[in-house]
Amino acid sequence: MNTKLLKLLNRDSRTPVADLAVMLGITEEEVRAEIREMEREGLIRGYKAVIDWDRLDSAYVSAIIELKVTPKAGLGFEDVAAKVMKYPEVESVYLMSGVYDLNVVVKGKTFQEVAKFVAKELSTIESVTSTATHFVLRRYKEMDVELLGTGKDERGSYLL
Amino acid sequence: MIDYAKILSPTVTSIKPSGIRRFFDITETMQDVISLGVGEPDFPTPWEIRKAGILSLESGKTRYTSNRGLESLRREICTYQKRKYGLSYRPEDEVLVTVGGSEAIDACIRAITCAGDEIIIPQPSYVCYEPMVTLSGGVPVIIETKAENDFKVTPEELLAAISPRTKALIMPYPCNPTGAIMEREDLEALAAILRERDILVLSDEIYAELTFGGKDHVSIASIEGMQERTVVINGFSKAFSMTGWRLGYACGPAPILAQVTKIHQYAIMCAPTTAQHAAVEALRNGDEAVAAMREEYDMRRRLIVAGFNRIGLTCREPKGAFYAFPCIRSTGLSDEEFCERLLYAERVAVVPGSAFGRGGDGFVRASYCYSTEHISEAIRRIERFLKTL
Repeated sequence: MNTKLLKLLNRDSRTPVADLAVMLGITEEEVRAEIREMEREGLIRGYKAVIDWDRLDSAYVSAIIELKVTPKAGLGFEDVAAKVMKYPEVESVYLMSGVYDLNVVVKGKTFQEVAKFVAKELSTIESVTSTATHFVLRRYKEMDVELLGTGKDERGSYLL
Repeated sequence: MIDYAKILSPTVTSIKPSGIRRFFDITETMQDVISLGVGEPDFPTPWEIRKAGILSLESGKTRYTSNRGLESLRREICTYQKRKYGLSYRPEDEVLVTVGGSEAIDACIRAITCAGDEIIIPQPSYVCYEPMVTLSGGVPVIIETKAENDFKVTPEELLAAISPRTKALIMPYPCNPTGAIMEREDLEALAAILRERDILVLSDEIYAELTFGGKDHVSIASIEGMQERTVVINGFSKAFSMTGWRLGYACGPAPILAQVTKIHQYAIMCAPTTAQHAAVEALRNGDEAVAAMREEYDMRRRLIVAGFNRIGLTCREPKGAFYAFPCIRSTGLSDEEFCERLLYAERVAVVPGSAFGRGGDGFVRASYCYSTEHISEAIRRIERFLKTL
C-alpha cells in the first residue's frame, strides 16, 4: 500500500498517471498497478468531484443528525447503522464518541423534506431513542477545498 | 532647487536596480499571470509556530529582547546546529539573532571589509551579496560556477580567485537559483585551500533544510579546521515558511560575532520579539512540519524537472533549495528575451538566470513553491510557447 499515492489521489484524483509516477519516483505501470490493487482491495472506494452547491439556486440542503441509540445485545450499533445507511437521503454515517452515538449527514431538496425524513424515518427506527437535527446554513470548506476566498497568490509574480 | 545628485552617495547610486524590475512592471498590467517567479514558500507558517507567536503577544511579551536575541532562542539554535550539522556553539557569545539571514550577511560583510578588500562570491547566486560588498567599500570577486560542474565551486576556481587582498569567501549553498549543493568531498577540497590562509567563510545556509535525494546538507564549518574560520548564516524563512517574520541568525567565532553584534546593536537593536518567541517553538517542535513540507517540495521538484526535460529544456536535477534552473539556449533566445516573450505570449513568469550574476545567462529560474496543478499548467504553457519559436 502506497500512502503517498493515496494522499496525492485524495488531493486530486484526476492527476495524470505520468505526473504521479514522476512525483513518486516509480514507473507509470507501477502507479496503475497500485491503483488497481487498492481499488480491488476496497481501499479506494470512488472518485468524486468537489462541488460548491451553494452557487446553485436549486441547491440542496443538508443537516447533521445526532442519533442516540440503544445498542442491541451482540450487535452493538452495527445493526442500526446498517439500516440508516441504506436510505438514499443519507450521505454519511459515523459512530461517535461522546454524548450521542451516530452522526448522520442527510441531504434533501428543502428543510421540510429533511425534517420530514428525520421524523418519519430515522426517529421511528427501533432502538433510536432521540434525534437532534442541525441544518447546515453555509458551506465554507468541503473535502479539504476552501469554497471561499479568491485563490489569489499574495506573493505576486516575481521575488528573488 | 536641491541637487540630489550632490546629496546621494555615488556608491549607492552606482548600484544596479534589480534585474527583474522590468518584468515585474509588465506583469502589473496583466491578468492571469501564472508565476514560477517567487522565491518564497507557499505554505503558511505551521500553526503551532504561529500560535507560539500569538501566545507571546497575549502574554504581553512586546518589548525589546537583548541585542543578541532571546537567551532561550540562542540556546535552541545551538541545540539545533548541534543535532543537525554537528556544530557546537556557545549561546553566550557565538550566536546572534538577526532580522532575517540578510541582516546577518550584511553585518558580517560590514564587520570585515575595509576599502579595497576582496570578497569572493560564487555566481549565479542570490542577488544581495555583490551590492552588500560594494556598499561596504569592498571589491566583489566573482567565481562563475559552471553547469558542467553542477554549479559547484571547484578548488581550481577558488585558487584562481584568491589574491593577497582576499578577506572572505561567500558560500551560497544550497544555492538559489541553481539548486546546487556542495557535498562533503567538495567542501573538503575547498577547506584544504582555506585552512592555510586567513580567509573567512560566510556560509549562507538558509536552504540547509531543503536538500533532496537523501543528501543531507553538510556545513563547511563542520569540516576539520573550518569552524574557527566560518560564520554560518541561517534563518527561519525557508525551512519553517516564516519569510514575513524576518528572523535569521549567525553562528561563528566569538571575536567576529562580538563586532557583528555591535553593528546589529546600533543599526537594529534586536530582532522582532514576537518572531523570536515563535522561532523557539519552530526549533523545539518543528521537525515534523519541516519534513512534511520537504516531502511536498520533493514531489514538485520531480514534476517540474521531468516537465522541463520532456518539453526539451535541459534541466539538471536540483539537489537543494526550491528552484529548477533549466537551460534555454536550445531556443536560440537570450534568457532575458525568453522570459519577456514567454510572459507576453503565455503569461508565465520565470526569472532570467542573468539576474543572478555571471554564468546565469542561458538559464532561467523556475521556482517550484507552487501547487502541482499550477506547475503542470505552467509547463503546458511553456511547451505551447516553445512550439511557436
